[in-house]
Amino acid sequence: METPLIEFQDVTKSFGPRTVLDRVNLRIHAGQVTTIIGLSGAGKSVLLKHIIGLLKPDSGRIIFQGRPLDEMTVSERKSSLAQISYMFQDNALFDSLSVYDNIALPLRETTNLSRSEIDRRVTARVEQMELADAVNKYPSELSGGMQKRAALARALVTDPRIVLFDEPTSGQDPIRKNAILGMIAQYQRRIGFTAILVSHEIPDVYFISNRILALYDRTVVFQGTPAELEDFDHPFLDDIIRSLEGLHGELTDPFARTRFAMAHQELEKKKTGKDIHALPAENHHG
Amino acid sequence: MESLSPQTLPLWTRPFAAVGRRAIRWVNHLGAVAIFFILATLKVVHPKQLAKIAYQIYEIGARSVPIILLVGLFTGMVLGLQTYHALVTVGAQGALGTLVALSLVRELGPVLTAIMITARAGSAITAEIGIQRISEQIDALDTMHIDPLRYLISPRIVAAVISFPILTALFDLIGIIGGYFSGVVLMGANAGAYIYRVQASMELKDVTDGFIKAVVFAIIVTAVCCYQGYFAHTREDSRGAKAVGLSTTAAVVISCVLILVADYIVTSLLI
Repeated sequence: METPLIEFQDVTKSFGPRTVLDRVNLRIHAGQVTTIIGLSGAGKSVLLKHIIGLLKPDSGRIIFQGRPLDEMTVSERKSSLAQISYMFQDNALFDSLSVYDNIALPLRETTNLSRSEIDRRVTARVEQMELADAVNKYPSELSGGMQKRAALARALVTDPRIVLFDEPTSGQDPIRKNAILGMIAQYQRRIGFTAILVSHEIPDVYFISNRILALYDRTVVFQGTPAELEDFDHPFLDDIIRSLEGLHGELTDPFARTRFAMAHQELEKKKTGKDIHALPAENHHG
Repeated sequence: MESLSPQTLPLWTRPFAAVGRRAIRWVNHLGAVAIFFILATLKVVHPKQLAKIAYQIYEIGARSVPIILLVGLFTGMVLGLQTYHALVTVGAQGALGTLVALSLVRELGPVLTAIMITARAGSAITAEIGIQRISEQIDALDTMHIDPLRYLISPRIVAAVISFPILTALFDLIGIIGGYFSGVVLMGANAGAYIYRVQASMELKDVTDGFIKAVVFAIIVTAVCCYQGYFAHTREDSRGAKAVGLSTTAAVVISCVLILVADYIVTSLLI
């Protein structure tokens, strides 16, 4: 059986008297898009912060490429975590730096690239995120959506192998939301990085996700494909899925949905070698 | 043996226990500040630090020049005025230059410069780092694999160690000019005697002792102010913006107290 890229074994985390994660077990596989869904305050961001090493579990183990993080030397741990990039829910942009400098920061500080090469990479991300008009502005001068795209550009500028996205599409209009999800899907297909998303955009993320993890009542209650989630019988569905189904039609325009359904099918075909074009797109997102 | 807890202690001992707990917390904090400072200092040498150090010298040093000039001038003028009046009563107004120069170079220059920089730049350091902490900007540095101590703290330490002695020298110089203005120009003391006494009474040791104090104060101010901002999120008495405000106040108060305590200790060692 394939060794998971990241594995949680009975991870528990409390903040004072409040337990946020209770004996969480999960597996994330390399080269896939895994989406963590759950109610607000369910501990999704806390879970992501354990992966990047910002938080340490009170008990339990986090295993990275087959080795427990707590058994690694400092340098091993550093080089493991160096493969990961993180996009914060609240963006965490440096408010005293311009958008350009924010995006260039990880390249300037962690690489020895020439100024022209850094400029080339930053400009490519800026254009990809439609931020050309905002490069010289400060984050406080941008809308929430533009700040989100700047944070996304910064997370991707180093071409990381693993990217954690904490609510990458919140605050975006439907077209840009689709564009961001599309970019994550295309990028993942082209480079093959591992994407771990936390998202509330439940119908939309199904199009690009290989696996869904459902966090409910402080623990992971479901791990599987989006199609398998449809057959999952759990109070979680009552609380989240059904409520969101009401919003289903409002979230994306039909053209974008078809486009993402095709992108997802292509991805599946490439990964499994099976042609799933015959399956209707609706089967994948309920 | 019965264990000692606040509840089992006799009532009359509880105030002492509270003072003791506070003292232990203070010592713990001082130890943590020292470790924080040492860890940040170890990361000073890095090829990407020069631009950040230059920027911090501008922020901490160059931008403090106007306030240092103003405070230095008026301190020297008050000193000249008070000293002249005291010396006139014993007919020793010729010693005006000696007293003004030595007071400034040995004591007032380093101490007042450090306190003024604490008020202007130290508070800004704590507030800036504190806001970076509560808005996850420091966590973002960690996730980008940029060491926050190297990126945020080390350049400020180097900049302060460079800026404090230079600003102290500026304070001394403008203070001596202020003393000349009030003592000689306004009160009518002998100009030649004032300048001669300033030159004759001051030795190189006075200047170097003043610089040693300035460097010690630079270390205290940056360590305390950076530490208070960096750990603003761990305050037990408040959260968010209020925590940053309280940390900024604490940084200024603790820095000023430690400057005066350290001044006595360093003076007693150097004298």
